[in-house]
Amino acid sequence: MKIRISDDALAIACGADTVAQAFMRAGAEVERVSSWGMHWLEPLVDVEGVGYAIVTADQVETILAGEAESIGPIAEHPFLTRQSRLTFARAGKTRSTSLDDYYSSDGWRGLATARTMGAEATIETVLASGLRGRGGAGFPAGIKWKTVASAQADTKYIVCNADEGDSATFADRMVMEGDPFMLIEGMAIAALAVGAQKGYVYIRSEYPHAIAKMETAIAASAHLVAPFVVEVRVGAGAYVCGEETSLLNSLEGKRGEVRAKPPLPALEGLFGKPTVVNNVLTLAAIPWILTHGGEAYAAYGMGRSKGTMPVQLAGNIKYGGLFEVGFGITLGELVNDIGGGTDSGRAVRCVQVGGPLGAYIPPSRFDLPFDYEAFAAADALIGHAGITVFDDTVDMAQMARFAMEFCAVESCGKCTPCRLGSTRGVETLDQIIAGKNVEANLALLADLSETMKFGSLCALGGFTPYPVMSAITHFPEDFR
Amino acid sequence: MTYQPQKDFGTPASGSSDLVTCTIDGRHVTVPAGTSVMRAAAEQGTAIPKLCATDNMKSFGSCRLCLVEIDGRKGTPASCTTPVEPGMVVHTQTPHLQKLRKGVMELYISDHPLDCLTCAANGDCELQDQAGAVGLRDVRYEVQSTHLGQEKDHSNPYFDFDPSKCIACSRCIRACDEVQGTLALTMEGRGWDSKISAGLASDDFLGSECVSCGACVQACPTATLVEKKVVEIGTPERSVVTTCAYCGVGCTFRAEMRGEQLIRMVPYKDGKANRGHSCVKGRFAWGYAQHQERILKPMIRKSINDPWREVEWDEAFAYTASELRRISESYGRHALGGITSSRCTNEETFLVQKLVRAGFGNNNVDTCARVCHSPTGYGLKTTFGTSAGTQDFDSVEECDVILIIGANPTDGHPVFASRMKRRLRGQDGRPPAKLIVIDPRRTDIVRSPHIEAEHHLPLRPGTNVAVLTAMAHVIVSEGLTNEAFIKERCDWDEYCHWAEFVKQPRNSPESLQPATLVEAEELRAAARLYATGGNGAIYYGLGVTEHSQGSSTVMAIANLAMATGNIGRRGVGVNPLRGQNNVQGACDMGSFPHELSGYRHISDGDARRLFENDWGVSLDPEPGLRIPNMLDAAVDGVFKALYVQGEDILHSDPNTKHVSAGLAAMECVIVHDLFLNETANYAHIFLPGSTFLEKNGTFTNAERRIQPVRKVMTPLNGLEDWEVTQRLAQAMGLDWNYTHPSEIMDEIARLTPTFAGVSFARLDEEGSLQWPVNDAAPDGSPIMHVDGFVRGRGKFVVTDYVPTDEKTGPRFPLLLTTGRILSHYNVGAQTRRTENVAWHPEDLLEIHPVDAEDRGIKSGDWVKLASRAGETTLRATVTDRVAPGVVYTTFHHAVTQANVVTTDYSDWATNCPEYKVTAVQISPSNGPTDWQEEYEALSERARRIATEVPAE
Repeated sequence: MKIRISDDALAIACGADTVAQAFMRAGAEVERVSSWGMHWLEPLVDVEGVGYAIVTADQVETILAGEAESIGPIAEHPFLTRQSRLTFARAGKTRSTSLDDYYSSDGWRGLATARTMGAEATIETVLASGLRGRGGAGFPAGIKWKTVASAQADTKYIVCNADEGDSATFADRMVMEGDPFMLIEGMAIAALAVGAQKGYVYIRSEYPHAIAKMETAIAASAHLVAPFVVEVRVGAGAYVCGEETSLLNSLEGKRGEVRAKPPLPALEGLFGKPTVVNNVLTLAAIPWILTHGGEAYAAYGMGRSKGTMPVQLAGNIKYGGLFEVGFGITLGELVNDIGGGTDSGRAVRCVQVGGPLGAYIPPSRFDLPFDYEAFAAADALIGHAGITVFDDTVDMAQMARFAMEFCAVESCGKCTPCRLGSTRGVETLDQIIAGKNVEANLALLADLSETMKFGSLCALGGFTPYPVMSAITHFPEDFR
Repeated sequence: MTYQPQKDFGTPASGSSDLVTCTIDGRHVTVPAGTSVMRAAAEQGTAIPKLCATDNMKSFGSCRLCLVEIDGRKGTPASCTTPVEPGMVVHTQTPHLQKLRKGVMELYISDHPLDCLTCAANGDCELQDQAGAVGLRDVRYEVQSTHLGQEKDHSNPYFDFDPSKCIACSRCIRACDEVQGTLALTMEGRGWDSKISAGLASDDFLGSECVSCGACVQACPTATLVEKKVVEIGTPERSVVTTCAYCGVGCTFRAEMRGEQLIRMVPYKDGKANRGHSCVKGRFAWGYAQHQERILKPMIRKSINDPWREVEWDEAFAYTASELRRISESYGRHALGGITSSRCTNEETFLVQKLVRAGFGNNNVDTCARVCHSPTGYGLKTTFGTSAGTQDFDSVEECDVILIIGANPTDGHPVFASRMKRRLRGQDGRPPAKLIVIDPRRTDIVRSPHIEAEHHLPLRPGTNVAVLTAMAHVIVSEGLTNEAFIKERCDWDEYCHWAEFVKQPRNSPESLQPATLVEAEELRAAARLYATGGNGAIYYGLGVTEHSQGSSTVMAIANLAMATGNIGRRGVGVNPLRGQNNVQGACDMGSFPHELSGYRHISDGDARRLFENDWGVSLDPEPGLRIPNMLDAAVDGVFKALYVQGEDILHSDPNTKHVSAGLAAMECVIVHDLFLNETANYAHIFLPGSTFLEKNGTFTNAERRIQPVRKVMTPLNGLEDWEVTQRLAQAMGLDWNYTHPSEIMDEIARLTPTFAGVSFARLDEEGSLQWPVNDAAPDGSPIMHVDGFVRGRGKFVVTDYVPTDEKTGPRFPLLLTTGRILSHYNVGAQTRRTENVAWHPEDLLEIHPVDAEDRGIKSGDWVKLASRAGETTLRATVTDRVAPGVVYTTFHHAVTQANVVTTDYSDWATNCPEYKVTAVQISPSNGPTDWQEEYEALSERARRIATEVPAE
């Protein structure tokens, strides 16, 4: 009887290691696998396909005796059956750093296809898939690759942005901890397509498990992706290094300071060379696309938002976890039907989509389909598709203040609107919260938001006005 | 004319030859591709508000004031970082932009002290200007936190740093990185906590890596970095463009004035030598011009044991003329001579040699180039046909391989070094040039931020010829020569003869390694790189010339350049880094005893007749005495009178005891200088000089560039130096009537074929001209020998390595080599009278840890430095910058007098002294040597000035 327990950091945080040790002490054969992404069920124990949720060490005997209450076959859990798992197809099923498991689950097929069809056809396939950058900007990946491929240079780079710093996001971490070979394969395909020799995975230091898994996987698969070489670089705790140009500066050993564009990183990126900078989820989607074809991927989604998005449900939510689904699902379905509303049981007051710089959206707008264009039209953004749920106890003035404070703490300091504006924003919100000159200060805050939105050098200062102004627009009663 | 800063286009000019036309505010503008929208707008006269952009550094995009709207584009891109594109339609002023700019400015001003009226930058502050430009009328924030009230850093003697006024635009950091290349400054902290730092938090500006070049001060848009003089006096009200009087780089500056008071020297962006950059000397160290020790009245005395007596100019000239006449009559006209100054103008130098030739009636004129670059003149004239470097400074931008031998550009020629370092770091996406350094010391350029020499060959001092011949051996024997070039342009037979010579096994790197101490494999690799690495340029300095084989070394350099075809185009060449501001000019002007201006031999009858007809005198066809010969002749009792303009031979020339003996034997030593220098201790007549700020004329820099020197203030002594020489000539009965130096230049142009096209009017119009300027080269000659060598065919000269007679032995086991340091200039007469002493208050002896250990010497200890010629004491600094067996010092301080130690050995061809090789011994010491004590007493006695007894 084989026992499968996740060794994902979230599962470990919920006690998975203790449970696994208890099973081993009891003489069971334990296999540490990736996480299914149903976070509220962890530690989730998989006994020949049947799941036992929120297991503690003292339940081991009863589970082994077949006397414990199960949640039934895991794969048939409604949270999973409603998903379209392309990127997360292996989640919960394979040992993350086992090359055998990866091979036997369609691993390396995408790379083999790319090698057969060549660089040009590979880029065509990615273009046909409609894949857009999953880091937040939504720029078509194929076009970026094409730009780098056509740039003339002796050296080119693939940089994987794994500085996953947004609130409510964990999909990058789950890929790196659960399916690192898939990411390496995606990078190798990108390298082949654009003619790059070297790849870097820039991982935030807060992800020690992901760093370890990636390093193990890179070492184990080096011979399979050669002559392409992949290296892990660890961040130093700056949120702004998730912005691609400051990430490049950080990789070069410089201050994590944003660079002005142009020049585009695709033409003058890492060490001044043409560079593909893609998010983990973008690169992780590539092997599936190469294996199954661009059109098969484009069949998912809606409008110009093609394929699937690994949505991350978090915050005050009943059923939090990873939900990969084609674009087009509504916010309401995600929050209420799938997420089950708040964990506190109180009414949902709002959600914030896209991390700390995302807009706050009230339930009245839960008809919004998950789609780049629809969100943009509603002054909101999808970002990295993290959804944070708040119940009706939240004070939106404090949330607006938090947005400015977050920007002040994380600003690189290069551009004036972000460097000075964020602190002035905090001060102005303090005035408003204290009830001083509220109307005048709200007008000033609106002006400041406009200055930051249009004047900032990068998205940190440029998007901070979204949570601030959406809070004021949708919840004016919290400010007066 | 009221004060105006130089126009700032915001971003650097694009070098592209493709043109792009776009529309800005409804007007079409055509600019080179790659030009920013900001610059394109500036070129059509539209000033887009900006703070972080300035046109001598790359765009940065941080201030966000320069936002524009572009048809068909989202958002409001920054005009500094957006290149123009064909057909682009740009709007620089819309209600939306106006609101955004006000919003940004409101943030700036919410964190800025509102003390404009009492601020040093009042009226010269970009923040103030831009607040006005964007129409900010109100700051609405209830401000809680600010960056105000921070402590100022006053540590640098020339400028203050006030972090409370900083707008964090990073212009200072970028100037330090991109323009100067020191990378001393950084941004500490991030976001709100961003703060300019001179290195570590514990560093102040003086204690940091900062070299005080002033680029950051110039770049600062506010009063955060501001000159102390501006704080003290106020902003300037007018400016005059002139040329620096320090080293041979020849930087152009705007002397910014208030009345007759100099406020600051700001590097001139259109200066072709410096391109808007400066160093601590030119930028800041001009305080000597008003130093209290300056002598402003003529003085005479019968004997050097008498105190000086101040006299009026008339008496001084009459007395001087009578003394010169007396000596000429009693000892013969050959007993007189003169020394021209490499620090004075071309016109002044020309007059001094004219005075000697036409007035004294002999050719006993020499110049300080004798002791620095005379081998350059000889060596390059012999091989190429012209006594000068082959390139302009801009040429360095096209180099692929830079070979530096016997030069320390970051100390000696700092502004050119910054341009060189820019190329060595790589620019415009081009791979950096590779660097080879041949120097006994690990000079700063061997390894500095983002620069590392491919090869450093730390040779034993005195073995330059051996190293260069060994390089030639590698190039010839490995078939790396450029035969097509040699066949087309050089004398083939001479080449073959030379090639046979260098190929001999005794000239291989392996055979010569015991002499040079340079590892053979490293030398071979360096030779291969120079020969095959693309455009190869050689830059050299006094480490080449000041040797017994100085002229041979120059010719060995020329051989290498010819053998590899590295002559006659941009990015290559043989480039002497000339020491003093006008050493090239002094040589050009006929300062050598055997040459008339333009390097025509005095025995050349046609040339001589040209002068004789113009001057109405007959000239002696025999060359006169060189400086060492004059001193020898004085000791022998046949040379009695010397007119020295602007040079301190006692301090600068080798074997001080011999120089002093020569001077002491003369009856009339006339020193024409700013200060009572060391030579003046032996003088009978002192004629006060004027500074470069007080006169008109021209200097010629190391790239043969003739540049105007303009009078920005009245001479404190009453006369410009050329007027002093003219008055002396008149007193001697010569009919000179120049009313302005331009008339002297007209005479030079008339008499000198290479200067035929030069005039003050043209210099005013064009800024500068590189000689030759004549019918063959009407616009001057940035690069020489383009279509062939000036002498016809390039001449290969066999350069056999002959070890110097100065040898180490049991008594003097170490080799001393001397050099320069950034903060001081030559004998220090100027820089020691400025705040530059903050960096280098005394000469130090560099000694390797092994040699120091053997002698029980620690850094900071007093040591005695002794040679066969003499001895002195100074303090030691223990460093592995020098190799074991080699010690090094500078000669900037008169109390040290390093030249007491140097010897009489000199270059076989030109007598250039062998400053760079002296066998010495070092030992611990507890006080000054006898010589130092005696000399100190003598100086005190010799500098007495009699106080006038008021008439009853």
